[in-house]
Amino acid sequence: MAFEGLGERLQATMDRIKSKGKVSESDIKVMMREVRLALLEADVNFKVVKQFINQVKERALGSDVMQSLTPGQQVIKIVREELTDLMGGDNQKINLSQKPPTVIMMVGLQGAGKTTTAGKLALHLRKNFNKKPLLVAGDIYRPAAIDQLETVGRQIDVPVFALGDKVKPQQIVTEALDHARAEHLDTVIIDTAGRLHIDEGLMNELKDIKEIATPDEIMLVVDSMTGQDAVNVAESFNDLLDITGVTLTKLDGDTRGGAALSIRSVTGKPIKFAGMSEKMDGLETFHPDRMAQRILGMGDVLSIIEKAQATVDEDEQKVLQQKIKDQSFTLDDFLEQMDQVKNLGPLDELLKMMPGANKIKGLDKMQMSGNEIDHVQAIIRSMTMDERENPSKINASRKKRIARGSGRTLQEVNRLLKQFNEMKKMMKQMTSQKGRKKNPFGNMGLPF
Amino acid sequence: MSFLKRLKDRFQPNKEKEAAEKSAEEQNEKLDDGLISIEEFEEWEQEQIGYKFKAGLEKSREKFQNEINELMARYRTVDEDFFEALEEVLIGADVGFNTVMELTDELRHVAKVENITETRDLKETIVEKMVEIYERNDDLPETVNIQEDGLTVILVVGVNGVGKTTSIGKLAYKYKQEGKNVMLAAGDTFRAGAINQLKVWGERVDVDVISQSEGSDPAAVMFDAINAAKKRGTDVLICDTAGRLQNKGNLMNELSKMKNVIQKTVPDAPHESLLVLDATTGQNALSQAKAFKEVTDVSGIVLTKLDGTAKGGIVLAIRNELGIPVKFVGLGEQLDDLQEFNAENYVYGLFADMISNAEELDDTGGDDV
Repeated sequence: MAFEGLGERLQATMDRIKSKGKVSESDIKVMMREVRLALLEADVNFKVVKQFINQVKERALGSDVMQSLTPGQQVIKIVREELTDLMGGDNQKINLSQKPPTVIMMVGLQGAGKTTTAGKLALHLRKNFNKKPLLVAGDIYRPAAIDQLETVGRQIDVPVFALGDKVKPQQIVTEALDHARAEHLDTVIIDTAGRLHIDEGLMNELKDIKEIATPDEIMLVVDSMTGQDAVNVAESFNDLLDITGVTLTKLDGDTRGGAALSIRSVTGKPIKFAGMSEKMDGLETFHPDRMAQRILGMGDVLSIIEKAQATVDEDEQKVLQQKIKDQSFTLDDFLEQMDQVKNLGPLDELLKMMPGANKIKGLDKMQMSGNEIDHVQAIIRSMTMDERENPSKINASRKKRIARGSGRTLQEVNRLLKQFNEMKKMMKQMTSQKGRKKNPFGNMGLPF
Repeated sequence: MSFLKRLKDRFQPNKEKEAAEKSAEEQNEKLDDGLISIEEFEEWEQEQIGYKFKAGLEKSREKFQNEINELMARYRTVDEDFFEALEEVLIGADVGFNTVMELTDELRHVAKVENITETRDLKETIVEKMVEIYERNDDLPETVNIQEDGLTVILVVGVNGVGKTTSIGKLAYKYKQEGKNVMLAAGDTFRAGAINQLKVWGERVDVDVISQSEGSDPAAVMFDAINAAKKRGTDVLICDTAGRLQNKGNLMNELSKMKNVIQKTVPDAPHESLLVLDATTGQNALSQAKAFKEVTDVSGIVLTKLDGTAKGGIVLAIRNELGIPVKFVGLGEQLDDLQEFNAENYVYGLFADMISNAEELDDTGGDDV
């Protein structure tokens, strides 16, 4: 994989320092070069990188990095803190007007995800703020854009105001505001056409709309995969419209998302939301700390944990832990576990969020879609309850029956049983030598 | 002949004005009246495309130019500082990390071997090396694989929001203009409004669109479309697909199923599997190209939105690291703003001013052999 996390990048430097035992100023310089490369690889704009590195370097030189026993860790800590600070700050909440209607205007390049985000935002505001939103179809240029917004509106049951593609957007917005007031809809979300930031005519149209609608929130929607050009785009939109917030979309991809840092540092405007899926509920609050880790290639562990917590029942976990302790964990429990894993979403996506996952050889080639889990589940479901509790009972003829019943091969049944046995052994080890082994999960493979 | 010379000959600034005055209509008339040969007409046509590149890349060029010129002004002698600054300029064009390192290493080597000490003498080499990196895998087919007779199937894939449907509309227009019988398949059954979007394009360009309802199986749409295309004697069938992020295993599997269905009915199809890339995309474009190549055996790239300030330099890296050539570039909103890609034109677009400057330098210097 082309991308390395900052940790791996700093490793070689740290090893050298360890052998010397002391950190010199030139060591810091070398480390800063690694930080620079890590950020450039993550698509942070090179000018922003330069500025950022100077800041970090100053702090590193002035702090206890040089005295520290773990200078690499110290540098990572500083970089992470600085990144988090830079992307965080106040005013991360969406601006809502005291006097209805609140007007939100979505702007951005073509294909950034404005229409989808408009829908997500409407749902978010209705769900969490009890608002009555109105979506306004202001994109009269792209074929079927209005149709798309109307479909989105139907999906989330939010009204859409449209006047077709023959009426000027300025006119549409004016009438939409009247309509919202008349219908007592307290939040108006205006979808605008995607446009290039250098297209003067269309950019002026946005200015007109801004004047007409006096929006409380001008949300710049940016594709998180954007490269070095992110600064130009953000700067142009901000200069002309004085945007109030940013939404980063398509963050469920595998981009490192350095654009977040670029945008934040050239506009100074807060990133408020992160678009995480094509589904309408896929809009999340932006977490600067997680974004910092992601940019540095350190994985997004917190999001995994949060996702796991949301789907795994705590009581069930306690029962399970007890079972592992008493070593009464059966294939039936295993089946249940797999259901929970499945609820977490596609495994390959989950794995990619893990730190160091891109280091595991062959992981990208591994087929981790739900199918394998389905197969294992089918095999277990073809066993009798008795067999599930006492797998040792399963002899050759039983295996044949199970294979036939599940539609899988005999080898697969064998493999599952073998892996289950190994897993039990490992659980035994875990409970008996608690605390002795550093990482009991270290060599625990998934049983498929 | 040196590389710049070659480009200069093709795009002489004084010739530019003259050519702009000749309208397409005039040229067509001349061709009909036998005043100019077909070769001359084609040469004229080629030139026009070159200018289109130049116009489309106007903004990208301006910025890139300024950066390079500033660089040359700031660093007069070739040294490590200069190379580091050059690295930044190239990374700023999204050329891609490894490729930039490779490029600057080669330049360091050239500077050493040829004993180049002044940065302005390195200008030409920079351009040359960039084209070279791009054209290194020379055996790659640059042209679009259109069957002489029988059905050509083009599968269009990519992540969300890169401009797949728009590019398909423009492609349809292009082939229709060439007198081909074109049909579109509405394979994006997922995104709201996607089918209608394609239908609008179908009406605009006046070609048939095969579609099913939203939410139906895209592989089934492909099956229908291929059969309809065969029955109606279609020349070019262009298949739209839903945008999908390359790390979504299940969606990539869906794509591979679509490809299989196409292959089952027309064994050597899809004849082209085009990956649409947004020029503003950074390093992630490499990951996209890699993943889509694995699933649909991507044969070419359509680079869209090149008319903004983005330079789309990542295509150099993609070509260099994955061997996928760019086949089309989107240079504007007009129907005919999708052009077949030509590396020299692209680099010319980025370096146009530099080339005319170099000419001036050559003229005053007079030491050109």
